[in-house]
Amino acid sequence: MTPALEVSGVSYRFGERLALDSVSFTVEVATFTALLGPNGAGKTTLFALASRLFDCSEGTIRIFGGDLRRHPGAALARLGVVFQDQTLDLDLTVVQNLRYAAALHGLGHRDAARRIERELSRLGLAERRNEKARRLNGGHRRRIEIARALMHEPALLLLDEPTVGLDVPTRRDLIDQVHRLCRDDGIAVLWATHLVDELDPVLDRIVLLHRGQVRAQGRADEVLAAAGTADLRCLFDDPATVAP
Amino acid sequence: MKWLICLYGIIWRELLRFFSQRSRFFGALVRPLIWLLVFATGFRAALGLAIVPPYETYIPYSIYIVPGLVGMVQLFNAMQSSLSMVYDREMGSMRALLTSPLPRWYLISCKLLAGIVVSILQVYAFLGIAWAFDDAIPTLGYVTVLPALIANGVLLGGLGLLLSSLIRQLENFAGVMNFVVFPVFFLSTALYPLWKIREGSDLLADICALNPFTYGVELVRFAFYGQLDPVSAAVVVVAGAVLLGCAIVGYSPSRGLIRRKT
Repeated sequence: MTPALEVSGVSYRFGERLALDSVSFTVEVATFTALLGPNGAGKTTLFALASRLFDCSEGTIRIFGGDLRRHPGAALARLGVVFQDQTLDLDLTVVQNLRYAAALHGLGHRDAARRIERELSRLGLAERRNEKARRLNGGHRRRIEIARALMHEPALLLLDEPTVGLDVPTRRDLIDQVHRLCRDDGIAVLWATHLVDELDPVLDRIVLLHRGQVRAQGRADEVLAAAGTADLRCLFDDPATVAP
Repeated sequence: MKWLICLYGIIWRELLRFFSQRSRFFGALVRPLIWLLVFATGFRAALGLAIVPPYETYIPYSIYIVPGLVGMVQLFNAMQSSLSMVYDREMGSMRALLTSPLPRWYLISCKLLAGIVVSILQVYAFLGIAWAFDDAIPTLGYVTVLPALIANGVLLGGLGLLLSSLIRQLENFAGVMNFVVFPVFFLSTALYPLWKIREGSDLLADICALNPFTYGVELVRFAFYGQLDPVSAAVVVVAGAVLLGCAIVGYSPSRGLIRRKT
């Protein structure tokens, strides 16, 4: 089966600094894959490339087989993104933010209204629909951003450290919701994080990124077995010990 | 159809933001009105203006200055849009726009059009007050000026977009105001006709003649009287296209400066 996301030999430089070095991995359909790495590992750069904020200098990124650089429209139409920084327009209401996102994907008024209601219900935010984004707390803003990323019914969802700044129960709730999306709706998820406790070592796949290089990838328990440890934290604390 | 929905969505958001920021609206009106009601009144007696096209008779200074102030409204709106783009980029909300599946050039052009719609609303609000002050523009002129406002909007909006792709940080925007907006406005025919400037300094007049904003003001001035100044139209259209093209390159995912800031 064609992978939802295929990153092949991607490199990227910021001037002299090599931020990503021949990064290759795949995210399979309907799987939850965690992109693990400490701060500065290159996760956010990879997300910027995968969402085509800018093009990679080397390598290719394919979304459901479509080359992101050659056919960006078709690829981006199947992609939903939640960035690390909050990207809601704080002066607009929840519904206005979602309607704007729907319009950017060419969804008509009726279709947009139906999907807004569905996503708000699914994420438990229906009663907040007319509040300005500015008045929502961090957890609710994150959920609205996820709802926004789902407006055009993407088959691949990228989330860049979406739990930053959230308390533990809210984090857990958000992770569960995204796992449900993956399980119930068959959405492929790439979840960037530096928090190993956000992972399910049996169910989730991991891609371990360190200093711009992929150090390990596979099902979390398999990667642990290969590294000779039972604790994800060991893997994460010293990723350089894992053979690339 | 998707493209039209996207355009509508971007304009709708811009209008929502505009109407929710009342201070922005009043600020946009107060600036040219002070020029019209204070500056122009003071100069009315001191400044004599010969008959120059498109005027067919002697006109008071307060009539002469209106097209320049229309240009001022559009220029400051373009800078406000540019500031808003830099702010959106720093705050992250620009990313929602840039990850749309529609082509980047189209999204940037939609942003430009949205800015033009807002600027035209501001211009007509200003013209409404100016009309109450001194009703000297032919009634039909309020209609015939519309295409000129759109063309001028492309020119100034293109400049704003280009600046927003070049400015690295929000803090640098005050510098832009000093080094771009004021020279663009004052080194033009917005406040004085070219022949009057030449009386004072040939060099200054030559600089004003090289400034595309001069032609934007003249395009509006002629359009108020149902006339088309072909030279002004050509300069505004070509300069607008060049600036918009440069802005699109500035936001391009492969070549643009956006890559360093997102």
